Amino acid sequence: MASGVKPRVKVPSSASAGDVVTIKTLISHPMESGQRKDGDGNLIPRSIINRFTCDFNGQNVVDVVMAPSISTNPYFEFEATVPEAGEFKFTWYDDDGDVYEEVKPISV
Amino acid sequence: TALLPLRAFAQADPDAEMVGTPDEFLAGASAGEGDLTLTAPEIAENGNTVPIAFDAPGAVEVRIFALGNPTPGVGTFRFGPLAGSRTASTRIRLAGTQDVQAIAKMEDGSYITAMKTVKVTIGGCGG
Repeated sequence: MASGVKPRVKVPSSASAGDVVTIKTLISHPMESGQRKDGDGNLIPRSIINRFTCDFNGQNVVDVVMAPSISTNPYFEFEATVPEAGEFKFTWYDDDGDVYEEVKPISV
Repeated sequence: TALLPLRAFAQADPDAEMVGTPDEFLAGASAGEGDLTLTAPEIAENGNTVPIAFDAPGAVEVRIFALGNPTPGVGTFRFGPLAGSRTASTRIRLAGTQDVQAIAKMEDGSYITAMKTVKVTIGGCGG
């Protein structure tokens, strides 16, 4: 189930070259752990986002492998170095094969 | 719908490799104390969303484990050339009161670890 998935990312709009900026990301997703049972006692199948990556102008910042123990609506906060003006690209990979992308430009 | 559980099961396998257990990550090496800070609340009222953070200067990879969960692996953080620091924070599920462990692999290939006990009032893994 991947309806209503909405990525939200907070990146400063500008920085000085070489600055370290804090990035906050949140994506709405049920992150069904595969451990829960429905009303009839049947296991609800797992459906999670299993990987998140952040790149800047093609260079990697962070690459996260996510297991079912990551909470609903996965949230990440981390820091990135900004060597020049360009674009942050955020990518989330869903169990069902969907890929969600978000791009945020930053000026120097 | 008959295929759905099967598919979910097949896709659980990469996780086992990617996050796995502390023993699998260490592969026989031992993890000492070091410059690794794991921040987690002492008491979490809601195990569905427990904020955690780590700071591991010099780490190339940090893995988080919830040792009391049905599958202990929570996440693997790998840092690229543009990582501004070796810190990150996220929110995790905890099935009950348990230890949360962070293990960092350093640039020289050694491992350091930190552990925090989190008391959970309402478990976060259903059941």
